[in-house]
Amino acid sequence: MVLVLALGDLHVPHRAADLPPKFKSMLVPGKIQHIICTGNLCIKEIHDYLKTICPDLHIVRGEFDEDARYPDTKTLTIGQFKLGLCHGHQVIPWGDLDSLAMLQRQLDVDILVTGHTHQFTAYKHEGGVVINPGSATGACSSINQDVNPSFVLMDIDGLRVVVYVYELIDGEVKVDKIDFKKASTSTSAP
Amino acid sequence: MIADDDEKWLAAATSAVKQNAFYMQRAIDSNNLKDALKFSAQMLGELRTSKLSPHKYYELYIRASDELRSLEMFFRDETARGCSIAELYELVQHAGNILPRLYLLCTIGSVYIKSKDVAAKDILKDLVEMCRAVQHPLRGLFLRSYLAQVTRDKLPSIGSELEGDTETHMDALEFVLQNFTEMNKLWVRMQHQGPTREKEKREKERNELRDLVGKNLHILGQLEGVDLVVYRDTVLPRILEQVVNCKDELAQCYLMDCIIQVFPDDFHLQTLDVLLGACPQLQPSVDIKTVLSGLMERLSNYAASSVEALPNFLQVDAFSKLNHAIGKVVEAQVDLPASASVTLYLFLLKFTLHVHSDRLDYVDQGFGIKPSEHGSCVSQLSATGKLCDDKASKQIVAFLSAPLEKFNDVVTILKLTNYPRVMEYLDHDTNKAMAIIIIQSILKNNTRIATADEVDALFELIKGLIKDFDGLTDNDEIDEEDFQEEQNSVARLVHFLYNDDPEEMSKIIFRIRKHILTGGPKRLPLTIPPLVLSALKLIRRMRGGDENPFGDDTSTPQKILQLLTETVEVLSDASASELALRLYLQCAQAANDCELETVAYEFFTKAYLLYEEEISDSKAQVTALRLIIGTLQRMRVFNVENRDILTHKATGYSVKLLKKPDQCRAVYECAHLYWAEEGENLKDGESTIVLCLKRAQKIADAVQKMANASRGASSTGSVSLYVELLNKYLYFLEKGNPQVTGETIQSLAELIRSETKKAESGAGTFITSTLRYMEFQRQQEDGGMSEKYQKIKMEWFE
Repeated sequence: MVLVLALGDLHVPHRAADLPPKFKSMLVPGKIQHIICTGNLCIKEIHDYLKTICPDLHIVRGEFDEDARYPDTKTLTIGQFKLGLCHGHQVIPWGDLDSLAMLQRQLDVDILVTGHTHQFTAYKHEGGVVINPGSATGACSSINQDVNPSFVLMDIDGLRVVVYVYELIDGEVKVDKIDFKKASTSTSAP
Repeated sequence: MIADDDEKWLAAATSAVKQNAFYMQRAIDSNNLKDALKFSAQMLGELRTSKLSPHKYYELYIRASDELRSLEMFFRDETARGCSIAELYELVQHAGNILPRLYLLCTIGSVYIKSKDVAAKDILKDLVEMCRAVQHPLRGLFLRSYLAQVTRDKLPSIGSELEGDTETHMDALEFVLQNFTEMNKLWVRMQHQGPTREKEKREKERNELRDLVGKNLHILGQLEGVDLVVYRDTVLPRILEQVVNCKDELAQCYLMDCIIQVFPDDFHLQTLDVLLGACPQLQPSVDIKTVLSGLMERLSNYAASSVEALPNFLQVDAFSKLNHAIGKVVEAQVDLPASASVTLYLFLLKFTLHVHSDRLDYVDQGFGIKPSEHGSCVSQLSATGKLCDDKASKQIVAFLSAPLEKFNDVVTILKLTNYPRVMEYLDHDTNKAMAIIIIQSILKNNTRIATADEVDALFELIKGLIKDFDGLTDNDEIDEEDFQEEQNSVARLVHFLYNDDPEEMSKIIFRIRKHILTGGPKRLPLTIPPLVLSALKLIRRMRGGDENPFGDDTSTPQKILQLLTETVEVLSDASASELALRLYLQCAQAANDCELETVAYEFFTKAYLLYEEEISDSKAQVTALRLIIGTLQRMRVFNVENRDILTHKATGYSVKLLKKPDQCRAVYECAHLYWAEEGENLKDGESTIVLCLKRAQKIADAVQKMANASRGASSTGSVSLYVELLNKYLYFLEKGNPQVTGETIQSLAELIRSETKKAESGAGTFITSTLRYMEFQRQQEDGGMSEKYQKIKMEWFE
């Protein structure tokens, strides 16, 4: 069982002051093995904070990120899964499922994690699974103004990944989960 | 060494005491009164020594007084057996030396009192007077201490069996007061014994003995019958008289504190005048602030623990009295350092916060310390009117933080008119630190600052962070990271300046802007973005709001967007062009959502100009162009002409990017600009898309040529471009663009195949997954999709 935290689009301090306290109290150091971040933190303080939750931090560049050295895309392997990470402002049209599918094929990954729309989504298509953890601070975007803070926790176990999404709705944290299974023979063999 | 000698003498004296005690005990056991007296006198003779330090003398005293207990019991037994107490009283006075004689007298005296043969008050009076014979400070102190100890449970009190017709608690009171007075005199005299160079040593020794004197006050505190009236009329005045008259710093300090700790709080409340009145009369070297702070702390705790007492505080006007007293002290003690006077006001403030937390006017008064009025006492103000005493600065920070911690609500603080003035006294760095503390209080407590006036007041408090101090640009001194953190705090703060009412919120935006713009080029890139984004949130809210946007001049989306244009412009002057471009695009989207076509166009123009004139780094150009295309793709507000101009420009930029692969990608992304969702105004969208893709392909061809020419260059890279194009064709095929035919796709696929064959590294996963996808679509049960895919002949499928 490997726990992977996926979050992004915090936009601190441009659009939000900080993560919601209820989220912060849940994100305890030492429980999570990897963090993948879709970008738009935007400042070093948030980077440092994420590092305290888990030192294995993977992050890609959002258009407002202060640090220009983050890469545009990143791929990594966790257990049996290949994951791809990209903020999403590079994929036009923004939030378009087919364009995202193209990126997924290009990166050749089982799970594509992307952001920019500040809208949680998790769906399966021909090429694999696309997950958007939304905005961890509830920052509004030009695409979506009514944003509930959200983040995703993936539990990777063998060929199965359970995606837990945590959303802060009216002051309460609500959890939902989605199961994905990967076929044992896949095009993205290690 | 003196210490060794001390030990030696103590050892010698102790063994002498033990020996005599042993014989005394033997005499007691055989009812031999004469011998008992003889040996006890000898034993007590050891206490006549001058050789011991107070600490060692104490040990000796304890031993001896312990042994005296059995003697006391013996006396009691003797009187029970019929021996006349008056006779015993006489007998002991035959002891040779005065000190043993007096110890014995006290011992027998206590038995005498219990016998009730004579009035207790007479005996007590006798004893307390006779002890005067011992004027040596150390010996006298211990003797009187013994007197107090041995009479303690025999003091007449109301309702006790000892009280006769003529006796009252007043007599007991008188006795204790007198003993106390004499003991204090002896104690003070110790200060002047011996050479001046040993002053410190003497003070230390005196300190060890202080509880002997203080004990008397404890006894007074526990005497029954000492109620408020007695305390006010007799006890307190007498004690204070001695305290003031002894003119000894050590004694005054200790005894004032003792009074405060020993007697009940409501006594203090009711005698506040008297107590405070004594303070200016004390020696200048006395640490008044400890005394007053002890008093205020006790009163604060009293208020906290018993709500019923609160009205009394108001009734005696405690606050004004304390305020006045502090003022007098500060006046009287001209050499008082700034930190000390601030500490006094700090304690008064804490008192006020505890006792009168609902009286903001008191709190505000407490902030009205005007050091300058007290002239030279705050001689530490530098030429700029700022404190340069570190300690005082720290105290002022504690002072300013106290109400923050108490109320946890910066909005309350904003109502204190004197607060900002106090902040003025801090030096630059401390002022900023205090400003950060204020901001953190807001962040931690989720405080909302909801009116434009409150915003103004707040920015007044934190102005040290907002702009450079007059004449000082300390840019060199400050650490870059610290500066960023500071400004990021200010940025975070913006999100708490908020009101649901659009008009008030508008005002707030204008005010914030006014303050932030004084920040200078280093601060603006950090503080302008949150302002702009907060304003855009407001605009979108207004769009969904009431029907009359023209109600107030400032609160229309147009007005605000106009303001934002001017604001972002400042950024582009401050060489933060990439950021400015992104903000222009954000504003354009907001204008789009408000159906303001001209305004949106204006923002795009500004963004384009920035792109052309300021953004020269190739990587930055690629990203900026992506953002432009992505934003433009979502615009619905433009008419055909405007859309056309902007799209055309964007495509133009695309082909001018430096690296060919980037050009190719930008061009094929532009294809999306020509795709119309239903009912949109686009000119010949469908064919232009294909033209775009073909153009992109031409560029890809050029890339491929270069790669082939320079053998071994990442040829999979350029094949990737073709595969990307293929995917784009599939995208538009699926969307139903009639211009995208099976043939187009086929020929491209062929091209890919031949190129991959040439490359050494094989097919690459992108093409594999694309082909897999195409096959998948072909197999779809939904006829429409598979139909489209079946148009593509795929015999060459590997």
